Amino acid sequence: MSDRALAVVRAGALTTVQDRGRPGHAHLGVPRSGALDAPAAALVNRLVGNPPDAAVLETTVTGCALRPRCDVTVAVGGAPCPVSVDGRPAPWGAPVRVPAGRVLDIGSALSGLRTYVAVGGGIAVEPVLGSRSTDLLSGLGPVPLAHGAVLPLGPAPALHTRVDVAPQPAPPAELVLRVTLGPRDDWFTAAAVHAFTARAYRVSPASNRIGLRTEGPALERALTGELASEGMVLGAVQVPPDGRPVVFLADHPTTGGYPVIGIVRPADLAAAAQAVPGTPVRFVAVRRRRPPHTGRTDGTWRERT
Amino acid sequence: MSRRVLPVGDDALLVEVTSGAEAEALHAELLRRRAAGLLGVREIVPAARTVLLDGLADPARWTSELTGAEIPPASAQAGEVIELPVRYDGPDLADVAAHWGVPEQEVARIHAATEFRVAFCGFAPGFGYLTGLPARYDVPRRATPRTSVPAGSVALAGPYTGVYPRASPGGWQLIGTTDAVLWNHARVPAALLSPGTRVRFVPVAGPSTAVPPATRGPGGTG
Repeated sequence: MSDRALAVVRAGALTTVQDRGRPGHAHLGVPRSGALDAPAAALVNRLVGNPPDAAVLETTVTGCALRPRCDVTVAVGGAPCPVSVDGRPAPWGAPVRVPAGRVLDIGSALSGLRTYVAVGGGIAVEPVLGSRSTDLLSGLGPVPLAHGAVLPLGPAPALHTRVDVAPQPAPPAELVLRVTLGPRDDWFTAAAVHAFTARAYRVSPASNRIGLRTEGPALERALTGELASEGMVLGAVQVPPDGRPVVFLADHPTTGGYPVIGIVRPADLAAAAQAVPGTPVRFVAVRRRRPPHTGRTDGTWRERT
Repeated sequence: MSRRVLPVGDDALLVEVTSGAEAEALHAELLRRRAAGLLGVREIVPAARTVLLDGLADPARWTSELTGAEIPPASAQAGEVIELPVRYDGPDLADVAAHWGVPEQEVARIHAATEFRVAFCGFAPGFGYLTGLPARYDVPRRATPRTSVPAGSVALAGPYTGVYPRASPGGWQLIGTTDAVLWNHARVPAALLSPGTRVRFVPVAGPSTAVPPATRGPGGTG
């Protein structure tokens, strides 16, 4: 039983492979991509003994079903949903042993949008520019799951977690997004900037991995000219001509020509990934964080002077 | 010349300059500083009038540093020259000739006589915005964008020339076709063109014999 792979029995509405994405290539027009609810993806990886950057599956609303060809340990997190193995209920948010040939069914989300499925060893599709993430804007990475597809798995992790169940935040009943204004808030009237942070918006059903679209008061511009395309960051709140703010998520374009009124704190984007259409949204203006002089210690980059 | 440094969230800066040439010079200088170990940053993204620094450890320090820094002009000779074979057979040649006020054959001659530089990339992986044509040759986008522009299309819009790395919707004026593979993620580097690359278009005769580059679905915009 050395065939380390999963067969897709039911692909679901949109199930993609995601890891931490491919940052560092924005200057070539390559989106960063990666799991939208990054803490949920890291947590399910930890539950099966994977490193936090192992590739997992990200489902959308309707889950998926998988038949492993070998015995595997899986963990399901993010949006809560029923989990079963050959029809028998299994826990959500905890490691689950799935014997070879059985069907693991990830049901429709009970709340939230995106459920994450980690499998011991990780999904081992061929990386593209260092990442296995599917990028729906530019088409890099593996295609979304399709019925009958077979996904290779990496070697089973040596260490097993001792966690039985892990607490996870509930999907938001109200989405509160902390935002620092700028760099283009001066393109909007004072009334529009006030409305942005004082009025209520709702999550639009047109949202996707590229952006969280909103419905609510249109923001009126003070400047009517065209802004030359400029670099865009994760969490940028771009305001297209219809005046409704769009929050850029992982598959966002690397440059854009609509003014950015503010930037959402990256820590708030996991909740944005789970906000169902119709969820109330509030943008709360916060002061820019002053970074400590010692720089960061997360190891992703640092000053070398 | 004036330069503005705008904070973007907690750890990014947008440096705004007044011309494309200044943006290219600033981008080249930032790459030099990063290569010398003086600038810790995750992304340096040049664009038309700006350079974005994303993932900076100390944005406050770089705000003051970049506001006053002397930036040497970009060297015209720096960077390799990539030659792209092109057939000037695009459906919008006549419209471009009319905008330029020249006979149709002149479009090809003028375009092929120009040395371009990749000012920045965007729109799709491997799509470069090439500058080099004098301002009098600026053209508007098509009034109605095409739903599908074939991969390899050589196109003009505003001050820029670009080559579509894969089939996609687009509103640029199509003047020709190249068989060059602009993007291949199995190749190192994946992108044939990156910011600062010098480019020449070399006219070739006859119809395409190359197999069109594979495109993969579904792509689109999700």
